[in-house]
Amino acid sequence: MSSIHPDRINAERLAGLATAPPVPTPGWDASLEDNPAVRPPLVLNNRTFTEVTDIICGYTENKPGKWWFPVFGFTATVAGCGTLLILYLLITGVGVWGLNNQVDWAWDITNFVFWIGIGHAGTLISAILCIFKQKWRTAINRSAEAMTIFAVICAGTFPGIHVGRIWMIWMVFPIPNSNSIWPNFRSPLLWDVFAVSTYFTVSLLFWYMGLIPDLATLRDRAHQRLLRSEQGPRVPVLGLRIDRIRANVYGFLALGWRFSSRHWHRYENAYLLLAGISTPLVLSVHSIVSFDFATSIIPGWHTTIFPPYFVAGAIFGGFAMVLLLLIPARELYPHMKDFVTLRHIENMAKIILATGMMVSFAYAMEFFIAWYSGSEYEQFAFKNRILGPYWWAWGTMTFCNVVSPQIFWFQWARRSPLTVFIISIFVTIGMWFERFVIIVISIHRSYLPSEWGMFHPTPVDVGIFIGTCGIFLTLFLLFLRFLPVFAMAELKAVLPHADPHGSHGIGA
Amino acid sequence: MGALLGILHRMGAHHYCPLVPAPPPRFVTERGCTLHGIMGEFDTAQAVYAAAEKVRDAGYRRWDVHTPFPIHGMEDAMGVKPTRLPILIALGAFTGVGGAYLMQWWMGAVDYPMVVQGKPYAAWEPWVPIMFELGVLCSAFSALLGMLGLNGLPRHHHPLFTSERFLRSSQDRFFVVIEAEDQNFNPQRVRSLLESSGATHVELVEDDSVEVTP
Repeated sequence: MSSIHPDRINAERLAGLATAPPVPTPGWDASLEDNPAVRPPLVLNNRTFTEVTDIICGYTENKPGKWWFPVFGFTATVAGCGTLLILYLLITGVGVWGLNNQVDWAWDITNFVFWIGIGHAGTLISAILCIFKQKWRTAINRSAEAMTIFAVICAGTFPGIHVGRIWMIWMVFPIPNSNSIWPNFRSPLLWDVFAVSTYFTVSLLFWYMGLIPDLATLRDRAHQRLLRSEQGPRVPVLGLRIDRIRANVYGFLALGWRFSSRHWHRYENAYLLLAGISTPLVLSVHSIVSFDFATSIIPGWHTTIFPPYFVAGAIFGGFAMVLLLLIPARELYPHMKDFVTLRHIENMAKIILATGMMVSFAYAMEFFIAWYSGSEYEQFAFKNRILGPYWWAWGTMTFCNVVSPQIFWFQWARRSPLTVFIISIFVTIGMWFERFVIIVISIHRSYLPSEWGMFHPTPVDVGIFIGTCGIFLTLFLLFLRFLPVFAMAELKAVLPHADPHGSHGIGA
Repeated sequence: MGALLGILHRMGAHHYCPLVPAPPPRFVTERGCTLHGIMGEFDTAQAVYAAAEKVRDAGYRRWDVHTPFPIHGMEDAMGVKPTRLPILIALGAFTGVGGAYLMQWWMGAVDYPMVVQGKPYAAWEPWVPIMFELGVLCSAFSALLGMLGLNGLPRHHHPLFTSERFLRSSQDRFFVVIEAEDQNFNPQRVRSLLESSGATHVELVEDDSVEVTP
């Protein structure tokens, strides 16, 4: 860490004085350079194009670490049990959940909003940071977009199964039917169907478009190995060479991409425009999710602050999940720390702090408006949050979302992966409780005393939620194993030697 | 007929449509294959950028630069015109928004009008979210499919893939390929142009999908 004040360095630069280059200390992450006269590297250790390709393709081409199979086996088992519980629910009915006459939305919709919110960080990284030309995003966008898609898969499960009769779910889509009826286009629940399915499809298209060149790289490397030698690993019984399968499968998906500059020109244009349309999309999706609540007349739901508050909360929780996935990954995979640097972790911690403050402001504003509205039902709803039987849920939420991220005001905390990891766990728990607080506490005590009740989750409630965590992690582990974990082409383009006019602007 | 074939060949239709016969080859290699072009290999982004400027200034039209990542400013070095892709995406967006409006209007106000909170059947305000979402959906599809379509992809077979050296274009090498179909193509001149631009290796690329009967 430079002990010189940055302003002094700027002043010296303007005065024409040269500053001595910083002396590297062992264990020092060069991306943390805070001397404004030095542009910190985005990829550490001066990696060449060859090294970047070899390292990243190595994650899928070489055998995974010893940890991979046991962890995958565990998460796949959890995912399988969760799927069996979903089957049990579909066969038996939603009565296997703890829902009752008063609390008719509980864990199902909590989990839906929780997962869809997590997805938002991925789109923020791939779209909004792209528009703001934040080059550091290139190291994390691929995995964050993958996380988005897997989180939306988990999210989409819940509205699908909470209707109970899954075979009737097609009625949410405007499909001609023998009853000659159409969906109600004034219902926010229908808007939600369109918003979430559009979000999933666009995220998938965006992700796939980014993958095309990198899949072509994996194809070409497999092809090279096939041309070079007759020997290579084979599929046990069939005797087919694994590189042959790679060349064909990656080759099919790469659509014959041949790295032509004329193609790159249109590709970059399409990428930028996709980022441009994904930006309002991501903001709209969680706004529309919040309309599910905000357009009702239930005290605690009926607030205009919901759309921005939900979007900020989604980004807050989503970045925590990105960190929960990437911090272990960078420890487990060789050389991954060269790409996911401490600067990345620090930047994401800053975003968590900023969005955490927005969420805290929204919490405070809800209480203020409840008081200011003069509505006794509104006031009761918020008193009931703190003093009612669910005080512990509100307390957990407040501690995790308001108090715990405050440690990120300190630089050492933002730069310590372990601290960031622990706070991310808190934030993830807190964001789940936020949705639980909003949904269950608002409806468990309605206008009439006869409408008061409590929600008690059943083992099926808990099991299906844990099952979706298993599905999410299983899909992510498969992604780490079989697809390029980093956007190689984009990462190479931000290396200093990718500049066609020499590496100006790099170094003192 | 001959004029029509000429136009089709200039559009490259024989690459995509099996009904269009391939034009007679202008150059044939010793092995009896049609010559696709001449490929020069470069080590650095700077070198290939400078080479691209030279090839552009030499007046070639059917040529390309293959790089593992998009090089900043390469479209200027190559003299590539701005792409029409944004127009396609705008068309997609209008289709989505207009289609969503018409769908909701017909379903909610014409075919199955339903009183919801006493509002007019054809009030447009509650239709905005779905109009927006479908607009985004259609423009995203037109962005991806338009990009692929304008690039002539998917095309899983290409003469360049027969060159083992070329496979490194996806990793760490840079290539300039001048195609034999270019009107100015002359093997000797192309070779010396690439060599003088600093190519570390120059080779012929054969189009082995078009065998020439001797």
